[in-house]
Amino acid sequence: MSIFVTVPTLLRTFTQDQKRIEVQGQTVLDVIEYMEKQYPGVKERLIGDGQVHRFVNIYVNDDDIRFVDNLATVLKAGDSLTILPAVAGG
Amino acid sequence: MLSIRAGLLEAMLEQARRDHPLETCGIVAAPIGVRTAERLVPMDNAARSPTFFSFDPRQQLAVWRALDERDEECRVIYHSHTASVAYPSAEDVRYAGDASVHYVIVSTLAAVAECVRSFRIINNKVTEERICVVH
Repeated sequence: MSIFVTVPTLLRTFTQDQKRIEVQGQTVLDVIEYMEKQYPGVKERLIGDGQVHRFVNIYVNDDDIRFVDNLATVLKAGDSLTILPAVAGG
Repeated sequence: MLSIRAGLLEAMLEQARRDHPLETCGIVAAPIGVRTAERLVPMDNAARSPTFFSFDPRQQLAVWRALDERDEECRVIYHSHTASVAYPSAEDVRYAGDASVHYVIVSTLAAVAECVRSFRIINNKVTEERICVVH
């Protein structure tokens, strides 16, 4: 089942500068595991202790996964997953 | 050095003064490959706090998609400090992970002499840089 991932500038060093990649997976976590196999090192930039890092936003289509099922958010063929750095500060 | 179109720093300050005492925030976009940051995009501070800011994730997604469509990139991330000088806080440094972005801070504290400053933040190291205004 193909899912399309939009990769932020910060992670493009892992994806040989590709901005959009095609991956496989039934859930967001599956997709991240799949990406880790293809692009080792990417997983620890996105998640730690089973949670998405607070400085990362992951969206499935238009929805922030924090407001759906987090890493267990279910995907369907053709869904688009976007990763963006969360922007915040004091 | 940050190269930025004339008028945008003033627009940031005006936005910051309008939102004071809450922190304000936004980005300046630049066409990919072009040196000067050209387009100011004010963002909502989802935290609505006098000591913290965060982009609203949904608004951020829409803005980033528009950047993509316009062949632009986020060149500057700016926010205000309402009770301290225009220098990155520890929290700013923790979140600022992008070596390609200029981090501009504006201070709305009345006694501050330099109310707009720009920084690069790379591997937690803060370096102030010169701002070049392009007319």
